[in-house]
Amino acid sequence: MAAEEALTTKGYITHHLTNLTYGQHPDGHWGFAHSAQEAAEMGFWSFNVDTLGWSIFLGALFCWLFWLVARKASSDTPSGLQNFVESIVEFVDGSVKDIFHSRNLVIAPLALTIFVWVFLMNFMDLIPVDLIPELAKIISGDPHIFMKVVPTTDPNATLGMAFGVFILIVYYSIKIKGLGGFLGELTLHPFGKWMLPFNLFLEGVNLISKPVSLGLRLFGNMYAGEMIFILIALMYSGGLIVGAAGGVLQWAWAVFHILIITLQAFIFMVLTIVYLSMAHESSH
Amino acid sequence: MNINATMIGQMLTFVVFVWFCMKFVWPPITSALAERKKKIADGLSAADRAEHDLELAQAKAVERLAEAKQQGAEIIEQANKRAAQLVDEAKEQAREEGARLVAAAQAEIEQDTNRAREELRTQVAAVAIAGAEKVLGSTVNADEHNAMLDKLASEL
Repeated sequence: MAAEEALTTKGYITHHLTNLTYGQHPDGHWGFAHSAQEAAEMGFWSFNVDTLGWSIFLGALFCWLFWLVARKASSDTPSGLQNFVESIVEFVDGSVKDIFHSRNLVIAPLALTIFVWVFLMNFMDLIPVDLIPELAKIISGDPHIFMKVVPTTDPNATLGMAFGVFILIVYYSIKIKGLGGFLGELTLHPFGKWMLPFNLFLEGVNLISKPVSLGLRLFGNMYAGEMIFILIALMYSGGLIVGAAGGVLQWAWAVFHILIITLQAFIFMVLTIVYLSMAHESSH
Repeated sequence: MNINATMIGQMLTFVVFVWFCMKFVWPPITSALAERKKKIADGLSAADRAEHDLELAQAKAVERLAEAKQQGAEIIEQANKRAAQLVDEAKEQAREEGARLVAAAQAEIEQDTNRAREELRTQVAAVAIAGAEKVLGSTVNADEHNAMLDKLASEL
């Protein structure tokens, strides 16, 4: 830490929870925000470079890894990586076939992408909280650089994906049921045409709550998990005994977190399939 | 933790990755999986068929073996019969040969006896003539007394 800024608990936590934001400063020039407040002042048209960078890196890692296997996929005895990839693909394929009964070539690859990508993004949570930020400080030479390595602790990332799914929900609803069918579903239920505004309100909330809950659930879980890792990391500055207890706690929480990151990736995938399945079937 | 354009960036990234996965990852892997599933099913059915074939072959082999055994037994029996027949024939031949030899030997013996008898007869005749000459003190005309001599000789 720089000498002019004392390492306070609040400062440490805040630093860890702030994204590296690139955008237009109020005075007109483009650059990185140096505090959460500066980032907020940039308004909507700014980018969290760390979130985007890590998520693109991890998504590319997923694509590259699976493409390596897909390129040479053969029906002979699979070996090593192919075995691993195939087991994931079969798992996702099984989940999709269990829930989704219409014919759609997008759902299964979509589910696979979501599952592996979200898992990888969540997995960044298991890397010690200070490791990559400290490396970033050394590499960039800026001791105050923000670096939030878990993209899913940024609501932009999770809501971005959730609204991507939302667009697909609307698209398939209209494609399968027609625009009239979709609007009818929104307005004529559950109370018939005389209660149209009320129906629209209910069904509208129902529709909007899907992506919002999808995105916020993942964000909330990962944010809370990250927060606990940060709090545990604070214990390292509390002397030998507290530090050792922190080590044990971090290990225990990381082990527990393995379950959470997998589960959250799985839930995101399953809910996506369920929502798209609902979009394909007329429930009324 | 502001909602900003990151969300749009993330959405676009998401679309690109899903597209990539849909285009280059999912189809080859699932088709390989389906192909392997088919291969395994084929292999299993082939194994079943092979097992069935093996059973058939074993049954056939057992049948052939029994047949061969029976044939072998028949051949042995025939051979035994033939051997007995050969022995019988040989015995018969030997008996015939023996009889023939005995007959020949008897004939020879008879011949010898006859010859000896003839010789003896002539010798007796000669002796008788000589004796008679001695008794009579004169020569005996062989021609004259031939009849008597022959009678004598035939009595011997």
